[in-house]
Amino acid sequence: MSSFPLFPTEAVRRPVASVASNLPVRVFDRLSALPKLAEVTPASRLTVRPAPEMITSGVREIDALTGGLPRGCLTEVCGPVSSGRTSLQLAVLAAATQRQEACALVDVSDAFDPASAAMAAVNFESLLWIRCKTNPPPRHPSTALRAGSGTEKTNQKHEDLYRRRMETPVEQALRVTDLLLQSGGFGLVIIDLGDVSLKIARRIPLTSWFRFQRAIEHTPTVLFVVTQAPSAQTCAALLLKLSTFRSKLSALKAPSHTELLHDLQIETEILCSRIARKPAQSATAAFSTKTVRTG
Amino acid sequence: MPFACIFVPDFPVEALLRNEPVLRSQALAVLEGKPPLQKVFAANENARRAGVVTGMTKLQIEPCPGLALRTRSVLQEAAAHAALLDCAQSFSPRVEDAAPDTIVLDLLGMELLFGAFSKIAHDLARRTLDFGLAANVAVAANPDTAVLAARGFRGVTVIPESKESERLGNLPVELLFAGEQNSEQFLETFHRWGIRNLRDVAALPDVPLSERLGQHGVYLQKLARGDTSRTLVPVDPPLVFEEAIELEYPLTLLEPLAFLLSQLLDHLCTRLATRALATQELRLELELADGYREEEDSVGTGALARPSRAQARQRFRRTLRLPLPLLDSKTFLKLLQLDLNAHPPGAPILKIHLAAEPVRPRPGQSGLFLPPSPEPEKLELTLARIAGIVGEDKVGSLEILDTHRPQGFRMQHFAPNNSFSPQGHRVTEKSNLQFPAAPVTALRIFRPPAAVTVTVQEGRPTFISCLKRKETCGEILWTAGPWRSCGDWWEQDGWARDEWDIAVREEASIGLYRLVRDLLGGRWLLEGSYD
Repeated sequence: MSSFPLFPTEAVRRPVASVASNLPVRVFDRLSALPKLAEVTPASRLTVRPAPEMITSGVREIDALTGGLPRGCLTEVCGPVSSGRTSLQLAVLAAATQRQEACALVDVSDAFDPASAAMAAVNFESLLWIRCKTNPPPRHPSTALRAGSGTEKTNQKHEDLYRRRMETPVEQALRVTDLLLQSGGFGLVIIDLGDVSLKIARRIPLTSWFRFQRAIEHTPTVLFVVTQAPSAQTCAALLLKLSTFRSKLSALKAPSHTELLHDLQIETEILCSRIARKPAQSATAAFSTKTVRTG
Repeated sequence: MPFACIFVPDFPVEALLRNEPVLRSQALAVLEGKPPLQKVFAANENARRAGVVTGMTKLQIEPCPGLALRTRSVLQEAAAHAALLDCAQSFSPRVEDAAPDTIVLDLLGMELLFGAFSKIAHDLARRTLDFGLAANVAVAANPDTAVLAARGFRGVTVIPESKESERLGNLPVELLFAGEQNSEQFLETFHRWGIRNLRDVAALPDVPLSERLGQHGVYLQKLARGDTSRTLVPVDPPLVFEEAIELEYPLTLLEPLAFLLSQLLDHLCTRLATRALATQELRLELELADGYREEEDSVGTGALARPSRAQARQRFRRTLRLPLPLLDSKTFLKLLQLDLNAHPPGAPILKIHLAAEPVRPRPGQSGLFLPPSPEPEKLELTLARIAGIVGEDKVGSLEILDTHRPQGFRMQHFAPNNSFSPQGHRVTEKSNLQFPAAPVTALRIFRPPAAVTVTVQEGRPTFISCLKRKETCGEILWTAGPWRSCGDWWEQDGWARDEWDIAVREEASIGLYRLVRDLLGGRWLLEGSYD
């Protein structure tokens, strides 16, 4: 296929001097710096970006809906309280640990329940649990860190160290996630922002999500984020929204004593998917969970 | 049968220069004794040229310009001697520990591995320099000649067989008595006879010499001629890898401490690599500048003084345990820095002692189809950094305890297994856990649990209000329970509780929670939400 310029040839062959004489020098310099349109790569030679490798989420219905979770991409799951987010999170964790992949859970609210995870068949030896909801560690009074014992630069560094120790759990979680993704080697990294209020979650800068997404690109790491409302925006390759069927039931249909949590119906909707080439249509699926007590 | 000798001249000086190489070009004198009666124990060549002699007092040498003074450090000499042994044993398995500054090696068969003897001698000299020690190296047909040549000639010396007498001839007669005690009588006799060098000793007639000086005189003559023959007494020292340094001035900041630790770690890693070993445990001991006060027994009987509380705090110890054997000094330094940042010593530092526990290194071969896992060195650094952010007890893997107590678990160090390690094979078998047919309804725990006020009707909770979680306030739509559990009633911290599963109408949905009544305290607590 031959390429042809998008503007008349005469304009290309016009002597530079006549063009330069009609334009200010600064504008002419800028125009000269623009890439010539004749050097644009034709569409026939453009390569297709390969689709990411998909791994199972541990839930058959989710895998049928989305094809699984993409490696090297950010997957976000949002929903209100009791919408099944943590159940899905544990299923994903169980599937990853059963594949003997090293997994990390950045628990912003320190809400992880070991008993539920054990029932979900999560292998704890492969799981690194980071509990961010803590009181800041106390500052050690010591000669080595005593203010005034060193230079001004050293004292400033000590003050920075002290200020850093008063970070909020979300700030700790972002720094910890940076360290985990830079270290590499984890098959699954989960950021659990499920109990973080919408006001605080919205304050997470988009640059953080972008940085995470770039850190895991071309790696086998799955970054799985659990939130109350979508936070990662365009950085998420897959965005799912969860809700429970039971919330739609009227109060008259009260479940029996032992059926309150049994067979909880979770509805899943794809809000956004950048994995398929075609724009994702709104698709839903439902799966049910079983409770620990009756299992 | 060739032998090599490594001799470090001015050994106490070299042991100090190992940790302060900048002083190598200066005049340096090493003092020993308690002030103010300190005397010169050793000095380097520059100091001797400036007029410093062994035995001079500190007051006598202080006027010397450009002279650096250091206190003798037995710890550093021991570390230097151990480094010398490691260096020698990297060239030959048969090594004799002749003196703290002298090592003799049996080079029989080593030329097939390392090349010609002259090449081995140069490699030995280079290797000792890598360990921070400037040494003389000599190779000869018998050990005693090699020792004399190393002590008498600077640099590298190779004495061909049957040329011993000729090469040793010009060496001073004092060399025959180096390291010997009760040798003043023989030395004085030789000086009275006008004997100044080993050629003169070798030229003495045998019978008159034996009549006057006995068998020892004959032995000295054989030494001077290079005619002695003996077997080595090989040494098999215990594998102790320790490095220490004593500071002239107390250290108050962590940055210069890191610089010194880097030097010590480099020495340790070099010595471990020489023996093809790695380490899985580093022990750091710092001697702090707390004062030691002697207290007499309260009875006043003159019994042994009881050490004060200050002495008990005088040593600061940290142990770094690694899940896998490593041999990267930069990784060790970073881990120690992060650990000291989290647990600073609390007082100025006077002495640093670092020891490594030697183990076999881990095999480097890995499989093609293994799942992704973090590199051990990077993982340790990452875990140390994360511990510095959230706290040491808030990062790691879980271990469920064998108890019915709620939240019965503990945190432990995270060490993922891969299928190539023996433990990994066991994990592979254990990991074939039965997958649940459907996902489990998970609980999100509130840590700490939220105190709530509950209205109870006919034994069932009907209304809930919580100050900390306003979204959970409201009418309870459905309840399930109670499930009663209790335990440890024989302990002081026994527990008894009733658990309810409740559904509360919220703004846009229905929230499912676990409500707990503490039967011992009578409180209602919201333990978590089902999600």
